[in-house]
Amino acid sequence: MNNLGYVFFYICAFIAVLGAAGVVLAKNPIRGAMGLLMMIVSIAGLFLALHAEFLAATQLIVYAGAIVVLFLFVIMLLGPSATSPSDSRGRIPRTIGGVLFGVLGLAMTGAIVATAPKAAAAMASPAAGFGSVDAFGKVIFSAALVPFELVSALLMVAIIGAIAVARGHTKHEMAHRSPGEYLRADDVPLADPAGAPRTAGGLTRESRS
Amino acid sequence: MIPVEHYVALSAVLFTIGGIGFMVRRNVLFLLMSIEIMLNAVNLALIAFNRQPAYMNAHSGQVFAFFIIAAEAAEVAVGLAIVLSLFRIRKTVRSDEADLLKN
Repeated sequence: MNNLGYVFFYICAFIAVLGAAGVVLAKNPIRGAMGLLMMIVSIAGLFLALHAEFLAATQLIVYAGAIVVLFLFVIMLLGPSATSPSDSRGRIPRTIGGVLFGVLGLAMTGAIVATAPKAAAAMASPAAGFGSVDAFGKVIFSAALVPFELVSALLMVAIIGAIAVARGHTKHEMAHRSPGEYLRADDVPLADPAGAPRTAGGLTRESRS
Repeated sequence: MIPVEHYVALSAVLFTIGGIGFMVRRNVLFLLMSIEIMLNAVNLALIAFNRQPAYMNAHSGQVFAFFIIAAEAAEVAVGLAIVLSLFRIRKTVRSDEADLLKN
């Protein structure tokens, strides 16, 4: 039984690291999203091993069910242009940043491994029902009630903000702008007293007649 | 059961991979995915530490991880909306070409 726990942990850990490496190394964003999915599912498995049943279910529903699907929707909306061609501009600062972060992360991992006690104490078994919907819900609706309600407001604001940012503007709105009003960052103001043709910052624009 | 150090070490490795991805990649979609990896690593550490005897049966780490999941869902929704908006304006998903506020 004890060994089975280790086998489960190492399988999940291996898949999680593999998925994360897949995200970092993938050229195609769809492959990246699949790597993310692999990592999320294996971390949900680790949550189960840690007696966090409710969070394992939440992880699967919110990450695998919503966030990865949202990524896939956006990748498919963007089409082929979701894959950006590689070029070497800014390669040196990016490499320096990556190497620095890698060294720091390795130092962190090494410190954790080095400071771990030789015969690390196994985690004690929790009380029955620890991490279940019942026990977790009691905490959420008593001690954590105020942040829980605030999170609902946060999600509402995020939905409204996402819609406001992502939606385009209808032809009607574009035609009935007030003079000088910018609806989008690449807009030019409508009324031009001098009548001079306008171009803004070298951006390509479709003609609006 | 497995000692908590195993989980924390795995969490550190995942966080490092996500951080390297955030530093090295320029495609905004991959940047968002790297942030996801880092937040997942943090959640794993929080839930593992919640199993320590001192915090046992308090669920504090799990509640924290729950709120991180909620905040991350909001972050991804807004982030992907910004990606779409950026693509509509600039026809690119690269972070180094998102310089609309320059000048």
